[in-house]
Amino acid sequence: MGGQHYLPLTGDDRQAMLKEIGTASVEDLFKDIPPAVRLKGELNMPPALSEMEALKHLTDLAQQNRHFQNATSFMGAGIYDHFIPSVIKHITGRSEFYTSYTPYQPEVSQGVLQAIFEYQTMVCQLTGMDVANASMYDGGTAVAEGAVMGCGATRRSKVLVSRSVSPFYRAVLKNYFHSRGLELEEIPLRDGCTDRHQLAAMLGDDIATVVLQQPNFFGLVENMSGLADLIHEHKAVFLVAADPISLGLLQTPAEYGADIVVGEGQCLGVPASFGGPVLGIMASREKFIRQMPGRIAGETVDSEGNRGFVLTLQTREQHIRREKAASNICSNEALVALAASVYLATMGSQGIREVAEQCLRKTNYAREQIRTLKGFNLTFPGINFKEFALTVPGDPTVLNRKLLEHNILGGVDISPFYPELENTMLFAFTEKRNKAEIDTLVRELEGWK
Amino acid sequence: MKYKVIEGLRYTKKHEWARQEGGVAIVGLCDYAQDKLGEIVFVELPDVGAVVEAGKSVAVVESVKAVADLYSPLSGTVTEINEVLLDQPETINQDPYGEGWVYKVEMADEAELGNLMDKAAYEEFIIKEEEE
Amino acid sequence: MRKPKALIFEISRPGRQGYSLPTCDVPAKPLEQLLPEPLRRSAVPGLPELSETEVIRHFTELSTRNFGVDTGFYPLGSCTMKYNPKVNEETAALPGFAFLHPCQPEETAQGALELLYNMEQGLKELTGMERFTLQPAAGAHGELTGLMVIQAYHRSRGDLKRNKVLIPLSAHGTNPATVSMAGYEVVQIPCDERGLVDLEALKAAVDDTTSALMLTNPSTLGLFEEEIVEMAKAVHEAGGLLYYDGANMNAIMGYTRPGDMGFDVVHINIHKTFSTPHGGGGPGGGPVGVKERLVPFLPVPLVDKRGEGFTFNYDLPESIGKMHAFYGNFGVVVKAYTYLRMLGADGLKQASSDAVLNANYLMSLLKKTYHLPYDRTCKHEFVLSARPEKKKGAGAGDIAKALLDRGFHPPTVYFPLIVEEALMVEPTETESKETLDAFARTMEDIAREIDEDAEKIVHGPYHTVVGRLDEVRAARSPVLRWPSS
Repeated sequence: MGGQHYLPLTGDDRQAMLKEIGTASVEDLFKDIPPAVRLKGELNMPPALSEMEALKHLTDLAQQNRHFQNATSFMGAGIYDHFIPSVIKHITGRSEFYTSYTPYQPEVSQGVLQAIFEYQTMVCQLTGMDVANASMYDGGTAVAEGAVMGCGATRRSKVLVSRSVSPFYRAVLKNYFHSRGLELEEIPLRDGCTDRHQLAAMLGDDIATVVLQQPNFFGLVENMSGLADLIHEHKAVFLVAADPISLGLLQTPAEYGADIVVGEGQCLGVPASFGGPVLGIMASREKFIRQMPGRIAGETVDSEGNRGFVLTLQTREQHIRREKAASNICSNEALVALAASVYLATMGSQGIREVAEQCLRKTNYAREQIRTLKGFNLTFPGINFKEFALTVPGDPTVLNRKLLEHNILGGVDISPFYPELENTMLFAFTEKRNKAEIDTLVRELEGWK
Repeated sequence: MKYKVIEGLRYTKKHEWARQEGGVAIVGLCDYAQDKLGEIVFVELPDVGAVVEAGKSVAVVESVKAVADLYSPLSGTVTEINEVLLDQPETINQDPYGEGWVYKVEMADEAELGNLMDKAAYEEFIIKEEEE
Repeated sequence: MRKPKALIFEISRPGRQGYSLPTCDVPAKPLEQLLPEPLRRSAVPGLPELSETEVIRHFTELSTRNFGVDTGFYPLGSCTMKYNPKVNEETAALPGFAFLHPCQPEETAQGALELLYNMEQGLKELTGMERFTLQPAAGAHGELTGLMVIQAYHRSRGDLKRNKVLIPLSAHGTNPATVSMAGYEVVQIPCDERGLVDLEALKAAVDDTTSALMLTNPSTLGLFEEEIVEMAKAVHEAGGLLYYDGANMNAIMGYTRPGDMGFDVVHINIHKTFSTPHGGGGPGGGPVGVKERLVPFLPVPLVDKRGEGFTFNYDLPESIGKMHAFYGNFGVVVKAYTYLRMLGADGLKQASSDAVLNANYLMSLLKKTYHLPYDRTCKHEFVLSARPEKKKGAGAGDIAKALLDRGFHPPTVYFPLIVEEALMVEPTETESKETLDAFARTMEDIAREIDEDAEKIVHGPYHTVVGRLDEVRAARSPVLRWPSS
């Protein structure tokens, strides 16, 4: 039988326990399940594996995959191959952290609670916002819940979202909005960025939230100046999905007047893991705190005046407010937020800036090299932070297959999400890519066709 | 009687009180309600000018682990709110019938006061509720 | 035992560095040329500056201020705090899983797709469902997915007036919150004197506006809903569907299946039943399974087998769309799949069997000292009421703090709401008889101490790194970041 090493009860234990309970057999404990719904026979599952066999099976599956360690990745579109300092897994691997539940008993959960408090602080420092929560599932759900927050704060039900916001996020947003009858309208593109004139025309006193992304899905730095005034004139909420690494270098959303900042935190020391578990970041101005979903840690004192931390403002949450809660979120991505904290603590103010600068410089270098190639065109003008859209002379799938022959995980094909952009791919360049790798990519592109 | 009930006020079954001052009524939370809720940490007040309906939620009162709606005892227009509660919500715990008042409402129909309980009826109501 | 701990910002010193990066080797251009001044920030203020040693010491010390399953017994009701096998951590960290990009061409991620496919087969068999999506990132996320699928199903039939979801009073708070998020109204169904859903009340509540009944079975009281067949019949006859909240699935594996009970949609908390760690509040995983008629509405993509290979199937025109930017918490699914393969059919059944035996045994010991409001055979958990102790001066919350001082994580307190001063105990199958005996003795000691000096218990805990924390102060004047300005 499988998994016996996780089960401490012996045959004698079971007999003694049944005697204490006053029943003859374990079977008696299941008599309350009506015969009509009892499972006849056994479950049909593959035979149990020993630990050695399980490791072998899983390793075999893992080895079928190409990944960041056996190929050079230029994939981005929200998930990136950034460098992960070794310290992170040694901290998140502390089992006092990873085997604990939500810190409902603060006196024995000060580790997680203080780590969340420190995480919230670092998210505020990065974004310039006043408050942050303990995390959401991912960037997509953070965008959706942030947009809903704006609806709660304004008591309006219509949201404008730029077409330059990640189609992966917009898909989640659409889904969250559809079921509860909220309205969603798309602001069109102009040269790969949000069309500011269209935004101005679409704004009205019925708009709850305006959702933009910085840098946007195409890696372009959007011109945010003046937008906050425009949005606030209509008492709407200005939400920005920001790349946390970019905030080492770019103007903060607070500086250009955003009210809510969300984002995908995978870039902060978190393995890509096929897209999850990752980290939804959420921060806002203080006045929106009552509409904020999810857990929040706060500082307080104990009975002797010592500083300590607790989950606070819990009346917003599902376990107290039930059907009137800000959201249904319960489990979040606490351990991933811890990883992000360790990352930010390791990098510090200087390190995060250096990572951001390297992304900018390497992306710019690659862009300058590739734009001269025959048949390849930069899809949009503008400033690219760590990725750019490239229109390629042929089928992206075929190109990626060719690149793979040279151990390159190429670009993300974005044409399926933007039918107006034929043969268009996103190529990303993090601090991990060096000149030689970029030059190899350029050479392989040049030699295609 | 463990809970304070004051002569001259009108009471609801949801434990709000109203004190008539001419065409206006001052509304607050009863001693019984503040005791059950425990230490109040946050109060959400209506806007001045808001039109409220008797029996409908008009404010929210929160303790650490509970949330209670305050249902307006009377219909009318909110003329004043107790802004002290925004910074010191515990005032409701300390003085529910005095400094801890919540809002004032210009009554649309004074006859509605007749639907509310007087001191004796309310005391009897609390005793019954306690027994359950 | 009291031990103050500095914040990471307080031990930061300007000029220290905890990172190491290569020199940027592309031609250096002036920054101004790449990113003009108005778009830049001058610096990131306030992030800590520490050497690697200090980073490690800081977080290691924080970890010692935390209690996990590896620290000791954690009988937190409805949370299934079973042991988290270490091999799971190994498999999820394999580079072929951990360093996989979600947009990689399918042919470069066949191992990952096969794993997702295999996991789905296991879950289907375990629950009696037709297909699963592994996209939801947590239980509550699964609930929302499930209700959206139900909503899409009704809408596809032009059945537009079903705007209510029925929920028993004993339900988890996520259930009513999910119902609202999906745009539905909540209808509460009371429990009867046995602690089970009041069947007559349910029958009276269902009508042509009923979209679904959401049910946890066994319930949060740890009781199996014996009238599940009649309940399912009543809901189905009115045209509604049944949603199974799988939070308590750990009680019934191999004994009964939600699909056979009549449920149309089910979510499983893999961070409970499938032994993946809770991580201090996540990441979790909430796969959702459905019966055949609901398959067209599942989120995209599904994972299909085509010939020898595996592929993402986006071709579901009636799909609700996406619930997560990518495929959910894949890394957590790897852990759950490892567990599934290691236990096999008989191992899973034995896990449930021991979980139920442990719960009944502990209940039998504890009911000698504590009030057990619903005294019947339980499944994986049971609920005591500390109402008598409260009258003596120390309630459920105080008992919890007393347990902290004695080396145990407390049960869930004050939930479910239908039991006053509730203590909800779930021992799980991975605990030994000795541990249960020691816990029961400690609970008896605490009861005795309440008799002798309740006041002393009320002021606990005494031996934790901080004393009882002032939650009122935290909520009244929130300090949510450093510095508190």
